[in-house]
Amino acid sequence: MYTLSSKLKLFSIILMAVGLIGLAIGFIVAPSTIEEVKEMVASHDGHGESHAAPGQIKSDLSEDPDQGLEFVPSEHEVQTGRTDDNQTQLGTNVDDHENEHYEHILHQLQNKPWAALYVAAFFFFMIPLGVLVFYAIQWASQSGWSPVLFRVMEGITSYLLPGGVIIFVLLVLSGLHLNHLFIWMDPEVVENDAIIRNKSGYLNVPFFLIRAAIYIAGWAIFRHFLVKNSNRLDEAEPNDLYYFKKNFKLAAGFLVFFIVTESMMSWDWIMSLDPHWFSTLFGWYVFASMFVSGITMIALVSIYLKSRGFLPFVNDSHIHDLAKFMFGISIFWTYLWFSQFMLIWYSNIPEEVTYFVSRIEDYGILFFGMVVLNFLFPVLLLMNSDFKRVNWFVVMTGLVILLGHYIDIYVMVMPATVGESWFIGLSEISSLLFFGGLFIFVVFTSLTKAPLLARRNPFIKESEHFHY
Amino acid sequence: MASKVIHAIYTDDDLLLQAVKQVREARYHIGEIYTPFPVHGLDKAMGLAPTRLAITSFMYGVVGFTVAVVMMNYMMIEDWPMDIGGKPSFSFLQNMPAFVPIMFELTVFFAAHLMVITFFLRSKLWPFKAAENPDVRTTDDHFLMEIEVANHNTKDLTDFLYQTGASEIKLIDNK
Repeated sequence: MYTLSSKLKLFSIILMAVGLIGLAIGFIVAPSTIEEVKEMVASHDGHGESHAAPGQIKSDLSEDPDQGLEFVPSEHEVQTGRTDDNQTQLGTNVDDHENEHYEHILHQLQNKPWAALYVAAFFFFMIPLGVLVFYAIQWASQSGWSPVLFRVMEGITSYLLPGGVIIFVLLVLSGLHLNHLFIWMDPEVVENDAIIRNKSGYLNVPFFLIRAAIYIAGWAIFRHFLVKNSNRLDEAEPNDLYYFKKNFKLAAGFLVFFIVTESMMSWDWIMSLDPHWFSTLFGWYVFASMFVSGITMIALVSIYLKSRGFLPFVNDSHIHDLAKFMFGISIFWTYLWFSQFMLIWYSNIPEEVTYFVSRIEDYGILFFGMVVLNFLFPVLLLMNSDFKRVNWFVVMTGLVILLGHYIDIYVMVMPATVGESWFIGLSEISSLLFFGGLFIFVVFTSLTKAPLLARRNPFIKESEHFHY
Repeated sequence: MASKVIHAIYTDDDLLLQAVKQVREARYHIGEIYTPFPVHGLDKAMGLAPTRLAITSFMYGVVGFTVAVVMMNYMMIEDWPMDIGGKPSFSFLQNMPAFVPIMFELTVFFAAHLMVITFFLRSKLWPFKAAENPDVRTTDDHFLMEIEVANHNTKDLTDFLYQTGASEIKLIDNK
């Protein structure tokens, strides 16, 4: 039986407290009027220059042939979706135009703490979801190596419900117009935008919230019964496999339910932030991100518990297998990232390519940096078979992968919500700390609720002696 | 000088593994072992050095990647930088996404094929090579362990091998 050390408890509470304070400051500091924005821009002298009104990008570029070094030919840079509202107003006088520019920045800055909260909430929510998928796959495939890790996975998935509720609350707050994360929720925008109007059969607040509730409730219910049956199996008679068979079917059912809901979830919660844009493999792409983060978290928590002496039955071969999954799914993620990017880059259709134009222009370092973190690091560090058995190596790579996938979510959400006004500052780090603390607290508390070895699982003997 | 070897034949892989351990403990020198299928743990039991084939494969992959990059850079960027459907062929980096499929395939191609060829060379396998198995049954259901007699007493060695469960023991004179 695992006992939560008071140090870890204190640590997670401190993280949550510091995160909350930081978040509160982030919300207070966000400007509420155009005058404040003007002051802020004026105080960053010279900085405002690079953030010139989006409507002016055209002239800037034609003066500067060096811009041709961007990935995308410069004539396409004019047509970014974010400048739509400005371009329709180009005929008006300079003052109006400037005010509109500041209003644009005001909206972005007001979105910033919300978006930071949303990114971190989603990032920590997708980890237990990825773990739950991995867990269900282990049941459905009747794996012989992983049952010793079942309780670790069950512990991590305990964050699914609280994390899901937080996401849902954030979505409800968006639906109540407390923020402008989802522009299609703004009736004024919908009225003036035929593209969004045509999608309003799917993208409307009540249906959106109902769907979100179905996803979260569905996943949480499946998780609840999978874990419950797994615990009941421990109490069962030695040859009674009733709960094992039940979980096998339940896991298979969950995987079917998941792949449908996950795909829709990614359209709803992330792709709809850019309601003018769509991509068919987006669901898979988000899935790869959550899957690899989840597996990485299993490895990290297992290594932590093992180092504290709570998992004597977990050997290097188990860690080796997890590291292989981290390696393989990292490559899978890169494959999807590249497929999505390259297909759109290659055909360069204006209505699709704006998505990447805004990301490469404003988020270049993050957009390409995350490929280094999520692909190059794992590939080079985890390719060697011996390295996959060295625990600190796996931990180090795991932290890089988690950071990379945080940035991945960041780059999915931020360009649509705060645009070029992004900065990884107080709000972003605070929300990471807050959700990190909550995650640690929930997960490790739930790990104390059941013995760390699933005794009666029919594969447990094989798993304990697993050797690669 | 003619050297002598003993061929001990086993009919079970578990027995063979056990025998290998005993033979090594008794400090007799095992020359070769012929088996009809891979016996898991045999290399460890024999104390063979791990293979370095994976390392060569990695290096061949790097070579393939380099070939692809140099080739595409020369052909598409330096030699004839044509405007093909508006693709930016001003520098390699600008047009790189279009080259990635080729870079990937050539990396895999070099890594796989050169590694296989390395394997053939290192294990001396080629068409029309004379087969080396000392007893045709080793390709079907028998396991053969070859032990160098050197300066050990043949009688003692034979007795010892008999104890390890060998079903057949032959003394072979290598000319």
